[in-house]
Amino acid sequence: MVPSALSRRTILKLAGAAALPLSSGLLGGEAQAAAADTLTIAYNVNLPSFDPTVGLSAVNPTIQSIYQAVFDPYIGQAPDLSFTPGLLTKWGWNADQTKIMLELRTGATWHDGSPVTPEDVVWSLQRAADPKSGNPIQFVWSKVGNFKIDGNAITGDVLEFEPTLFKWMAFLTGYVLPKAYYEKVGADGFEKAPIGSGPYKVDAFERNAFLRLKAHPGYWGPKPAFETVVFKFVTDPTSRVAEMESGGSDVTFEIPYEEFDRLKAKPELVGETKPVSDIAMIFITDIDPMLDRNVRLAANHAIDKKAIVDRLLRGYGVPIATLEAPGYAAFDPSIQVAYDPDLAKSLLAKSGYSPEKPVKLTIQTTRGFKPKDYEMIQAIVGMWRKVGIDATIEVYEIAQHFELRARHALAPAAFYNWGNAIGDPSTSTGFAMFGPSPHCAWKGKDLVERIGPLWGEKDEAKRIAGWKAVDKYIAEEGEVIPLFQYVQPILHKKGLKVVAQSNGMILPQLITPA
Amino acid sequence: MRWGEIIRRLVLIPPTLFGVAVIVFVLLRVVPGDPIAMMIPPGATPADITRLRAFYGLDQPILQQFVTWFGQVLNGDFGRSISVHQGVFELVLARLPATLELALLALLIAVGLGLIAALIGIHLRGRRMEWLVDIGIGVLLAVPDFLWALILLLLLGVLIPLLPISGRIDPQLDISFHSNFYLVESLLTGRFDVADALLHHMILPALALALPFAALVARILKTSLAEAEDQDYAQIARARGFSRPEILLREVFPNALIPTVALGGVQATLLLGGTVLVERIFSYEGIGNMAIDAVINRDFPLIQGLVLTFAVLFIALNLAVDLVVTLLDPRLRHG
Repeated sequence: MVPSALSRRTILKLAGAAALPLSSGLLGGEAQAAAADTLTIAYNVNLPSFDPTVGLSAVNPTIQSIYQAVFDPYIGQAPDLSFTPGLLTKWGWNADQTKIMLELRTGATWHDGSPVTPEDVVWSLQRAADPKSGNPIQFVWSKVGNFKIDGNAITGDVLEFEPTLFKWMAFLTGYVLPKAYYEKVGADGFEKAPIGSGPYKVDAFERNAFLRLKAHPGYWGPKPAFETVVFKFVTDPTSRVAEMESGGSDVTFEIPYEEFDRLKAKPELVGETKPVSDIAMIFITDIDPMLDRNVRLAANHAIDKKAIVDRLLRGYGVPIATLEAPGYAAFDPSIQVAYDPDLAKSLLAKSGYSPEKPVKLTIQTTRGFKPKDYEMIQAIVGMWRKVGIDATIEVYEIAQHFELRARHALAPAAFYNWGNAIGDPSTSTGFAMFGPSPHCAWKGKDLVERIGPLWGEKDEAKRIAGWKAVDKYIAEEGEVIPLFQYVQPILHKKGLKVVAQSNGMILPQLITPA
Repeated sequence: MRWGEIIRRLVLIPPTLFGVAVIVFVLLRVVPGDPIAMMIPPGATPADITRLRAFYGLDQPILQQFVTWFGQVLNGDFGRSISVHQGVFELVLARLPATLELALLALLIAVGLGLIAALIGIHLRGRRMEWLVDIGIGVLLAVPDFLWALILLLLLGVLIPLLPISGRIDPQLDISFHSNFYLVESLLTGRFDVADALLHHMILPALALALPFAALVARILKTSLAEAEDQDYAQIARARGFSRPEILLREVFPNALIPTVALGGVQATLLLGGTVLVERIFSYEGIGNMAIDAVINRDFPLIQGLVLTFAVLFIALNLAVDLVVTLLDPRLRHG
């Protein structure tokens, strides 16, 4: 062995050379969030596309906060899900509901300074209705046409009555885009330099990193409190927590409840929660053994939803009995599905099942897609086991869920979360439980017959009453297992006032200094 | 590796990439979960689904889809991303430089740290303190890069907030670039303040990628140095009166470098693969981060483009390693 003779000086020199990039002020300290007129939001998803009317991002509710900062929806939505004037100041049907009547706000401008015109509105509606545009909600927009413009008033023919048409004008793909600009720059040009008429205009965009917005001086509504807004795309929840702890961002949301409780106790941070229009549920597929009403009802009554919310979600959830959460148009608090394991046992006994001789089934769930999803299903399987249901858990990705659901190939029970930002029963119970819908797992004729007539119902009170009756029937038959309404944790720096929205959006234009 | 072998390897690249393309293309369409199922809105009818499927060309048989896509690829058109609505080639080209700069920085850090650790280790060879170096290397090696990312994030981003923890550059800065090689461009154009800002953002993800690789380099190099140091030529040099540093640098190090480059170079592909999770954790805008979004959205054209890009990078890296080893090792050069 050769004796050691490499000098310490040599080693130190080498170490110094290697550490050069770390020296000379590189570790000079991280800049804190930003200047006083800048709001930085650590956002939980990336922005794939700027066109809010086509493709995957158009139907992603989480991205709508960004879209609504840059673009104006036809109709606005208040934090409590009620509808407010947006670019349209008036909207409605004529007396026999064969026409729609819209009135465009005067004085609204695009980010390039040109005025928003009725032609923009009509073009946006026609483009959305065109099957070639790739608008995923085309099936709604195509139900009106033959538009006529008179000043700022627009009328159109109802080609097929769609009771939720105006509600859609406040949500997915319901945005007015600039006709002249879009036609001038084309789809690719619009992606590179989008303009809207919303409170903020796009200033800089680094894909997968950040979006920087500047206040639109010609905005028709209240001037936003912050001149600059930065959406940092921080998709990892741990990283969002770190962003807040390090002072790198002013606001974030969708973080683990444990971290939320820990961070909101810090003096420099404030935590707020708001029940949102997302619910956790278990689809029941009309295959064995779920064709047995006793099994379905037992599966419902055996679940202690309150315990799940309290123990797994630290209280951040609201147990529900139907697919209508509090705040939805057809929410009926009188419909209840009690936690009653004894009743569940007796129901199963009628079908010959018991804890010793359990009915066997598979339940599918995501793992990590929603807070504690897998753990929740584990708890439910434990509750089921006690009454005589032996369920095997199968984990799937959310993309698999969509495909299996569309093919009507889900397991007898499948966990999912359903969003309904417009709060209409047709977009909750309707699409989730109506057999012909690709989103429905229960294809039974009983529901098709009950729901069918409600689609075209023109009397709003009768329509809502009809949906409540359907919800009651579903609860009595146990054809779905509603679990709870999600509560969104929002964390922000002290000194800010954040208006939480029931639809889950975090709108920068509604964030102000406290 | 003889030059003939190099030519053979170059010739094999197109069929290798074709094979990768076939596997990825078929797997994406066989595994459950497709982009249309993900974008079906509430209330869509079967006709709506058919229309969307046709719109994105997914209504054709797989073979037909592949022929169409591959024909486009041969013409330089990698298709259009379903989620981003832009050309795949354009998208990948825009983000690839970010990953390459990050990987290169990580490589430099890893080689630097690995070299230092190996030299310290060999310096302490046979002494009691040697085990400390070995344990240090073992720990660095045992913790995967994504875990290092989280540790560094919490340590240097939260507990001692010295460095930014997200993005590639400060969103507040108004900087324009002519290329997507931000760091290289800022260095070449003398904008050192910009380079400094970029390095600020790159240090943590680069370090997370570098630490396990540095340990690997250190372990291989230290072992190789020890083996070479025990060889006759080193002993003879010592008998001739050369000092140990001289022997290590002139005789031992060049010989120990060959297995280090050969083994470490192959392992460097892991460093590239590691960018996927590390970029995600640090919200760094490279192709790794983009790949996760593409998979979540089942964006078939983008996944295909990204997998082919990674395949090209892996092949190029392996080839480069073989070439370097050939240049370093006269036995391989001359057969």
